[in-house]
Amino acid sequence: MDACRTRCSRRVRLRTASGARRNPPYVLLAAALAILASAAVYAQGSTYQLGRTPSAEEIKARDIAISPDGKELPPGRGTAVEGAAVYTQKCAACHGPNAAGSALHRGLIPLGNSKPVKIPYSLVPYATTVWDFINRAMPQSNPGSLKPDEVYAVTAYVLYRNDVIKDTDVLDAVSLPKVRMPNRDNFLPAQPEWNPKTKRPFGYYP
Amino acid sequence: MGSHSTIPSERSESKGHSKRRQFLTSGVGLAGLVMGAVRSLRGQTAAPDARPKDLLAYGQPSPLDTTIRRAPGPPTALADTALMTPLQDLDGIITPSGLHFLMDHVKGIPDLDPAKHRLLLHGMVDRPLEFSLDELKRLPATSRIHFLECNANSRPLRGANGESVQLVHGRTSCSEWTGVLLSVLLKECGVKKEASWIVAEGNENNKYTMSIPLGKAMEDTIVAYAQNGEPVRPHQGYPLRLVVPGWEAIRSVKWLTRIDVVDRPYMAWHESGNNADTRPDGKGLWFRFELGPKAIITRPSGGQRLPGHGFYEITGLAWSGRGAVRKVDVSIDGGRTYKEAELQQPVLRHAHTRFRFPWRWNGEEAVLQARCTDERGEVQPTILEAAKNMGVSPEYFYDADHFNGIQPWKVNADGRVQNALL
Repeated sequence: MDACRTRCSRRVRLRTASGARRNPPYVLLAAALAILASAAVYAQGSTYQLGRTPSAEEIKARDIAISPDGKELPPGRGTAVEGAAVYTQKCAACHGPNAAGSALHRGLIPLGNSKPVKIPYSLVPYATTVWDFINRAMPQSNPGSLKPDEVYAVTAYVLYRNDVIKDTDVLDAVSLPKVRMPNRDNFLPAQPEWNPKTKRPFGYYP
Repeated sequence: MGSHSTIPSERSESKGHSKRRQFLTSGVGLAGLVMGAVRSLRGQTAAPDARPKDLLAYGQPSPLDTTIRRAPGPPTALADTALMTPLQDLDGIITPSGLHFLMDHVKGIPDLDPAKHRLLLHGMVDRPLEFSLDELKRLPATSRIHFLECNANSRPLRGANGESVQLVHGRTSCSEWTGVLLSVLLKECGVKKEASWIVAEGNENNKYTMSIPLGKAMEDTIVAYAQNGEPVRPHQGYPLRLVVPGWEAIRSVKWLTRIDVVDRPYMAWHESGNNADTRPDGKGLWFRFELGPKAIITRPSGGQRLPGHGFYEITGLAWSGRGAVRKVDVSIDGGRTYKEAELQQPVLRHAHTRFRFPWRWNGEEAVLQARCTDERGEVQPTILEAAKNMGVSPEYFYDADHFNGIQPWKVNADGRVQNALL
């Protein structure tokens, strides 16, 4: 695309240089417009004509990332009470009967809040992050196998066990993004621009 | 590519676990890697899909060469698998692919068939596209030498007691990466003007996901299929990985299979939770992309012993996430005085830079350390300067990421070299 744009603009310049005095301005203008138009078409098109166009269904099947506003969340619902049953069946083998962890897997409840701990929930800003990770990565023996209702329910169970929601709260595509995680306000914005001769703001890499 | 089709394969077609994968992920396999007992283990287990490469078909290091990756401690079920590059044993700037550091955030290395692997680009684009590996290789290629560094590299006391450069600083490696610039692919798709981020996803167990600003994706990010001239190694993302130059290596998504063009960061698990930095006041930080300037002496370094007085060449590596290394200064008196070291040419942006400094040891105690200045003029701080800048105690860095403090090594009168940071 870049190559095309360079070539086209060079042609425009050459034409203008060689024909500026001989041709009426409107001819030049029309020629230039035609060239620019073709350049614009190329600029918006594929240069190499490689790769295949996937169908909307194919994209949808693979498009599992959930943004904080939850707009990609599928239909479905679940509560912590329902999630407890799913948890017992599909999660407890690794995470322990009380979600407190085992020798093999991390617990699902923070170890304490006296200082931030680098395990789930104290550092998770959005409930959608929890839903997304359970959906894509759990259970480890068969990731991606949970149905949407199960993911909503297990997410509700985990959030309930972390005192974020009540056990009867229903999570679905509308309510999940509205769940406020405990540390939501304790994150600083992404690093600011920094000029080498000025003092570094706290938290920038040292 | 062609050669792959001739290799007998018993790979499982399903997303289940192959025997090889069980070997790779089992505690026995990891212990073997750590202990350097790979050969004997392989001999006993005879992995079913081992590549038909004998010592002549694919050359191996001398059996007398003991240069291996090491873990900071015995493997545990909870900790991510981490194997560090033996910086003290290497020369030049290229890390051999088999010695590239690795952090397994995903509990297992996927066994992906390159013939079936696809990269899907979609989202806020005019034309979603899906590329096979063969198609990617038909596109204009770019080869660049770039370091990768884990954001958790250089924690001061890693290992038993921060005893070696490998365990403390070995979460960085440098390779020649070949692939297609991501900007080429995104232009093929036609990025809509509202787009501002991409979400990159791997095709392993966890479908590891990272958000990257569109500006960086269009600037110099590479979709790499080759590392040091051959296909990217399995632990490094075979058959396809992202390389995001100069940024914390957690952004360089391995086993890359999908790029969603979006208008905000998606706060995926491994970027918002596990890898957010925390401050003493409990505040968290996201998206600390660029790695600071760093120069580390790799020889002499912790755990080594100088055999006697006389001439030694001090050598090490320097790099900066902000671009090229401008200069490296070396001190033999614990930072009281510095002299400029020689830099191996060419000095490349976002690449390891080898420095060398002549030194004659007179047999007395000496503290050796290096200091990097990058092209933006930023100078590597001491740990005390870094602590003062951030308003924390030096101990803060024991468990902090993105630490780039100066690393002093003390040479004792008997020639033993030890970590003198704290």
